[in-house]
Amino acid sequence: MGIIIKDLGLLINAMLIATPPLLLAALGSCFSERSGVVNIGIEGMMTIGAFVGSVVAYYTGNGWFGFFCGGLAGAAFGVLHAVACVSFGADQTISGTAVNFIAPGLAIFLCKAMFDNSSDSPALETASKLPKMFNGIFPAGSFGYNVLSTYSAAYLSFLLVLVIWFVFYKTRFGMRLRAVGEHPKACETLGINVFRIRYICVILSGFLAGLGGAYVTLATVSQFRPNVIVGQGFIAISAVIFGKFTPQGTLKACLLFGFCNGLKSLLGANNIVSPYLISMIPYVVTILALIFFVGKSRVPAANGKPYLKAK
Amino acid sequence: MSRKDKILNGNALYTFIAIIIGFVAGAVLLAVAGINPGLAYGKLLNGVFGQVKYITWSIVYAAPLILTGLSVAFSFRTGVFNIGAEGQFVVGSIAACTVGILFDLPAPIHILLCIAAAVAAGAVWGIIVGFLKVKRGINEVLSYIMFNWIAFYLSNYIVNLSAIHRTGGGEASKDVADSARILAPEFITKLTRCTAANWGIVIAVAAAVLVWFVISKTTLGYQLRAVGFSKTAAEYGGINTNKMFLTAMAISGALAGLGGAVQTLGMAGRVSQFASQEQYGFQGITVALIGSSHPVGCIFAGIFYGAMKYGGGKLSLVKAPAEVVDIIMGIIIFFIAIAHMFKVIFNRKKGGK
Amino acid sequence: MSNVDKHTVAIQMTGIVKKFGDFTANDHINLTVHKGEVHAILGENGAGKSTLMNILYGLYQPTEGTIAVNGEEVVIDSPQKAIDLGIGMVHQHFMLIQPFTVTENIVLGMEPKKGIAVDIKSARNRILDLSGRYNLKVDPDAKIEDISVGMQQRVEILKVLYRGARHLILDEPTASLTPQEITELIEIIHNLTADGKSVILITHKLKEIKAAADYCTIIRQGKYINTVDVDEVNENQLASMMVGRDVEFQVAKKEMKPGETVLEVKDLHAKDYRDVEILKGLNLKVRRGEIVGLAGVDGNGQSELVEILTGLRKGISGQVEILGEDLFGSTPRKFFEKGVTSIPEDRQKHGLVLDFTVAENLILQNFGKEPYSKKGILKKDLIRKHATKLIEKFDIRPSGCENRLAGELSGGNQQKVIIAREVTNDGELLIAMNPTRGLDVGAIEFVHKYIVEQRNKNKAVLLVSFELDEIMSLSDRIEVIFDGQIVGSVAGRDADENQLGFMMAGGTKHEQER
Repeated sequence: MGIIIKDLGLLINAMLIATPPLLLAALGSCFSERSGVVNIGIEGMMTIGAFVGSVVAYYTGNGWFGFFCGGLAGAAFGVLHAVACVSFGADQTISGTAVNFIAPGLAIFLCKAMFDNSSDSPALETASKLPKMFNGIFPAGSFGYNVLSTYSAAYLSFLLVLVIWFVFYKTRFGMRLRAVGEHPKACETLGINVFRIRYICVILSGFLAGLGGAYVTLATVSQFRPNVIVGQGFIAISAVIFGKFTPQGTLKACLLFGFCNGLKSLLGANNIVSPYLISMIPYVVTILALIFFVGKSRVPAANGKPYLKAK
Repeated sequence: MSRKDKILNGNALYTFIAIIIGFVAGAVLLAVAGINPGLAYGKLLNGVFGQVKYITWSIVYAAPLILTGLSVAFSFRTGVFNIGAEGQFVVGSIAACTVGILFDLPAPIHILLCIAAAVAAGAVWGIIVGFLKVKRGINEVLSYIMFNWIAFYLSNYIVNLSAIHRTGGGEASKDVADSARILAPEFITKLTRCTAANWGIVIAVAAAVLVWFVISKTTLGYQLRAVGFSKTAAEYGGINTNKMFLTAMAISGALAGLGGAVQTLGMAGRVSQFASQEQYGFQGITVALIGSSHPVGCIFAGIFYGAMKYGGGKLSLVKAPAEVVDIIMGIIIFFIAIAHMFKVIFNRKKGGK
Repeated sequence: MSNVDKHTVAIQMTGIVKKFGDFTANDHINLTVHKGEVHAILGENGAGKSTLMNILYGLYQPTEGTIAVNGEEVVIDSPQKAIDLGIGMVHQHFMLIQPFTVTENIVLGMEPKKGIAVDIKSARNRILDLSGRYNLKVDPDAKIEDISVGMQQRVEILKVLYRGARHLILDEPTASLTPQEITELIEIIHNLTADGKSVILITHKLKEIKAAADYCTIIRQGKYINTVDVDEVNENQLASMMVGRDVEFQVAKKEMKPGETVLEVKDLHAKDYRDVEILKGLNLKVRRGEIVGLAGVDGNGQSELVEILTGLRKGISGQVEILGEDLFGSTPRKFFEKGVTSIPEDRQKHGLVLDFTVAENLILQNFGKEPYSKKGILKKDLIRKHATKLIEKFDIRPSGCENRLAGELSGGNQQKVIIAREVTNDGELLIAMNPTRGLDVGAIEFVHKYIVEQRNKNKAVLLVSFELDEIMSLSDRIEVIFDGQIVGSVAGRDADENQLGFMMAGGTKHEQER
């Protein structure tokens, strides 16, 4: 019994480590997609957030400040994506691809330029990382330690789901952003500024993706490395489609990924199955879940379509 | 306006302007980082054109990129966005590699078998995604991304199998048998002083010509384009749209798989264990965009990218991070993406008021 | 019944010019609307009516000219400004968010708030209040995707009233309504003018102008033609002002006796895209040498029927016999090979590949056959020659457009490409669905001529149209569809509009006679 509880604790712990960055980025993606702008640049935005977050924390010694700056860095690329997609009506997937080249390239470029041609940033001291809650209350390795003594930012990210759900379904802004993603022309005839809403949403998506990236370097890992994000941005996008473009659905999808990840670390510890096959689990599970459990995702009607005003 | 015509209408002038802007932006960045852009670009140019050897290396780098570029361009032409070329490339290389290691056959047959395995693997990887879309309505971008990662770990898994993994140091597979390599004859390697010179570029150019012919001259191409432009009208015209959709995904996947074979049987000679994605597929998107989704355009764009990749590797000699190449490439596609808008603005200025 | 207050000018547009590049959509147009007035704007498709109204609503900026609202000169640079000035617009293509409820759609952009949240409850009450006052019945909690077209239109009108509009623009409001619903709408319009509001009615239907409007401004090819008192002109005068020449509404047809049955549909059941049963045991027969008109309001199963008859949709059960062979559930190719040709409902979605050249479009069903291809290789020369021939024969403009993209052609010429192709295909049955939608009078005459010509060549023709006038002027026999079934059948020459309208709304012929 004890061993089961301990394993369960480990599993939850692994979920709590893996889920928040995905969740933050995916919630960002929700904003962008629901307002009608496809953002596959999430991956790049996470990477630049991871870099900026770790570097700011390294120099200031303040994990929270680094976290916030990571978000800002992501938001900066959100601006770039918004300029292309909203103002210029560019193809959204292509602009996103551009972001995925520029942002990680810039992160590694700056890292090398700042740290004597090293593509890894210096390791952060514990004090410069995001703080953990309930330090020293539970004995290391116990269930309580595994579940509760984790980064407070992780719990914040779950709280954020609630906040965003409220914004989406209960506020003016949320109603309008959902409307803009369905029928921008109709919104314009009602005096709603489609461009402004889309700008806000795309920039928010960058900000949240940046936070997600920064979470990785400020909590999970203690430094920036070129492959520190490896595909998490893409998984976040998948989670949004999987979660039918709602914050609550996205949470479920992210938890599934997090769970698979937890399973991975649990099974990986025993070394029975090849670690490479175990690493495949989240992706295979997603595909299987899509085949067997999830109906067609209803994509917002104007998703991916540039909207330009006639003058 | 649909994605297709924006991509197809991209013309050379705007691409050229985008390239210039990319380099200017790169120069600014280098200068900000305290690196003399003149020096860095000089190194880049010299690194590409300085010697016959360098030019040859650039072309060697280009061959797989042309093929993944063709894969993406073909998908654009048929109304799909193949963001899964990455995974198709990976399964192509590991398939070619496995056949190249495990079989013992005379040279031309062994090569053909390796290529066939790679093409089939890439096609299967593409067609699975197609089936998920057709049968279950699953968003293809989503499954492409999933299959990229499945391919990634599958390849690492195979590389670490005892029959495949190299003995002695190195996290990689054994070398493929010489009979499976597509290296150029000795006189060329000697002449160019490039040990990796291989037939990849010939394969890539041949593939480009074939793709061009199929798309513009055959009834198959007619149907593929019809489905790509308007699924509903194609269906009305009696074309089996699902079949064409799957065919397009299979061909696109096959091209990326072929790219993997060329890389493995040509330059690399083995497959390494990946730490992060190889990027050939994503770079293929850039190649397709710079090449305006035209097969011949992809040849030039692929060579351009290959040169940038090879030359970029030498930037570290002047303490300039090679990632400046990624940034330049990203900026180029960014401006190609918004070029359409510039055209509208320019046209309005010319006409109208 | 007129509520016009001649002393109060509500809206005055003077010398409006709007250019798009080299194209002049509006060329010095004047418009004066008084308080309490219903003012019709009459013009063909593409005459510039919608452009003018989009200017008034702030969606476009005029190149020249001035606008005064309630006697004050204003610049309307956004829809918000127009809304603030009391101008409201009901667009021809409804501007509704499908997955939102009626209430949400009406308040969008002007949501009442309680704290930081939207106060849906008070919004709902206000809507019920408004809908009671003007007799605009709606279900405030239903989602748009689940309600009828008529109710959607009432939602649009409520949306405008909710914003306190005093000047309403209605853009082609009757396009998809039954004659009875049209009568109701006209009543609603009069309720509004009685309340001191002014209404601008954009339309190309002469009958409605006579029935609803006080004044009418006619626009032709972007130019202002005249403003007339509706009581002082007749429909023919309006028509000739609109078109610029005398128009012959009747199509000449020779007497013919229907021959063998080409199409026979028996007990057809089918679902629509929402998986709801929409065809509920439909029976229909079309013979050689006759045009069968299928009359009905949009959404009663017409689109699904046509899709099944061309192989684009699979039904649940029933039989679709073409010349005696049951093709139920066959592919589009099979239908085509058995002789079913069609002018589809949506020419840009189904009829043409817009990014293909005209020449490529002209072989859409025949690319795989000789002489257009041989062993899988296209014969480009022959394809082009074929196109040249058809472009000349059917007067597709601009001449020599073989290698132009179909999307670059005007709507009328796109329709000509389809007709050229389908008539040349020379099938046994021609199915035409709303073949003249969005076309100008010249193109309409062209389309009608070819439809009748097919009949005269002893082919079977099924004409499905939401325009009752079109059905009545072309058909030898009229079948009325309602709720997925044929509810009545009358001979073309005996057709009476009121009776048809009654059946289209679900009443039977028998009931009305009683």
